Amino acid sequence: MSRTEIRTQAQAEKSSARAERRHPGRIGSILRYVVLGIGALVFLFPFYYMVIGSLQLAPDTTLAGAFPHPANITLANYAEINERIGLAQGLANSGILTMGVILCTLVFGVLAGYALSVLHWRGRGVTFAILLLVQIVPFQLLIVPLYVMIARDFGLSDSYFGMILPFAINSAAVLIFRQYFMQVPRALFDAARIDGANEIRVLWNIALPLVRPAVLTVILLTFIGPWNEFLWPFLITKEATMQPLAVSLANYLTTVAASAANPFGAVLAGAVILAIPPVVLFIVFQRHFNSSDIGSGVKG
Amino acid sequence: MVTITPETGTKADGADAQHARSARRRRRLLGENPLGLLLAAPYLIFVGVIFAYPLVFAVWMSFHDYFFSAPGADVEREFVGFDNFIAVATDPAVWRSFLNVGVFLIINVPLTVVLSLLLAAALNRALHAKIFLRVSFYVPYVTASVALVAVWLFLFSGPGLVNQILGPLAPDPSWLINPWLAMPTIALFVTWKGMGLFILLYLAALQAVPKELYESAATDGAGAVRTFFAVTVPGVRSATLLVLLLATITGANLFTEPYLLTNGGGPNGASTSPVLLMYQKGLEQGDPDVAAAIGVILVILVLVIALIERRAVGDEES
Repeated sequence: MSRTEIRTQAQAEKSSARAERRHPGRIGSILRYVVLGIGALVFLFPFYYMVIGSLQLAPDTTLAGAFPHPANITLANYAEINERIGLAQGLANSGILTMGVILCTLVFGVLAGYALSVLHWRGRGVTFAILLLVQIVPFQLLIVPLYVMIARDFGLSDSYFGMILPFAINSAAVLIFRQYFMQVPRALFDAARIDGANEIRVLWNIALPLVRPAVLTVILLTFIGPWNEFLWPFLITKEATMQPLAVSLANYLTTVAASAANPFGAVLAGAVILAIPPVVLFIVFQRHFNSSDIGSGVKG
Repeated sequence: MVTITPETGTKADGADAQHARSARRRRRLLGENPLGLLLAAPYLIFVGVIFAYPLVFAVWMSFHDYFFSAPGADVEREFVGFDNFIAVATDPAVWRSFLNVGVFLIINVPLTVVLSLLLAAALNRALHAKIFLRVSFYVPYVTASVALVAVWLFLFSGPGLVNQILGPLAPDPSWLINPWLAMPTIALFVTWKGMGLFILLYLAALQAVPKELYESAATDGAGAVRTFFAVTVPGVRSATLLVLLLATITGANLFTEPYLLTNGGGPNGASTSPVLLMYQKGLEQGDPDVAAAIGVILVILVLVIALIERRAVGDEES
């Protein structure tokens, strides 16, 4: 048997195997989309129901209530929740907390990430070990001492600074920046140095523009943390005017809701307002919500 | 031939050598780019203030009679040995809360691993509507727990939609006020909410599995199920370890969901979590030392479980 004959025989076998697979492949494909479809429904339905519930004049928990009924639709719930907890103030507080955390994360993250990936200095190895260690210990162990320190010793309760402080370091962001800076060819930095640029200029003019996707990733990943955070701002804020929206909404949920006319309507209206910014942000920038980045930098 | 006068030669040599020596000394002390230390300093200072000091403080607190006092007041904090830990160990509420987290993990971890891998594998091979599906999976992950808790309360309350659909099959008492179902319902909520992240993690891992492995499995005549267990599952092992660790840490950090979904851990402590108990004991009842002791035990348990998971999955990179 000649070599070409063997090859054609092998090819024939291969294509017949492919043909055999094609049939179950089609069933597999249908099955795949059934699974994915059910998944999408399970994940999205509560959001749909959140919006419907927030628009109901009277709560309708029957199956028919899941479909909007023109006579039962109102925006009164939004007015009600706004009156009770002050949506604008809550949103502003959430915004300040989130922006503060993002700013700290970017500044410390870029500086430390650059130092750890591009520069050689004594203590680099130790710093990297610390970086990994910080990620392991759960934040919740620290809530009691942090509360004693920040609220009692520093007197920072009901202040934005006190709210931001525990989130000012974000080791995950440092790791992401480090990883991106490592991918930049060394020659670019060396060329700039030979041209007489000092290290700060190299960082600002050469390195930073090259890792712009990392900046966006870090902003996206950081945004959900403080925006959605409940426990810490809940501990540190007692004044209603200082509370982020998640905290004031939760307080409404646990205390006031029982006395309201349509408590679920008002709570769901607040929930919609709270949910919109991150959801819109992530839909718009979904391309940049890169799974490999999350893998490298998830904070435990 | 170039002649150099001895004087100038030694002078230049001496200055250069001195310069080089001091540079070498500096390099030995601080490394080639001492600026790195300066750039990393803000991060390191914050780690010290927000992480290292509180960590040591928490452990110190758990061995002392710590109570809240007026700021600046100089009070004696007596060393009490293991008293706080004994108080924790003899408190049935604490045992209950750790048991609750156990129930949580038994439901949450396997469900998370199986469902997220299944959905990621299906999504990885999907040709259509990939973006829509991906976005719909991670939308709960990016949304605040507080907002989603509101919908779940609406869905799972006594007359809620879920019970309406179940009709006579609806549990009585309803989900979140049922001592047997409160914790499983919370576990379901957290599984649902967090799965988007794990699906994305598995997607990244699946894309890294070499295509040749699938091809050789196909030439060997392996079916879809066989291929899944022989190629896909081992291929994403490091992602599985990450998912296990993160799910465990999520369970250990459980606070918002029992606090809001079950009105502070009811019914009768059936859904209390250790962190919720830390909040109640430490800040509501003014026993921060006992709360710190709970925290120390919690972290030790998490580390032990993490080690077991690491052993079970195996962490060698392929």
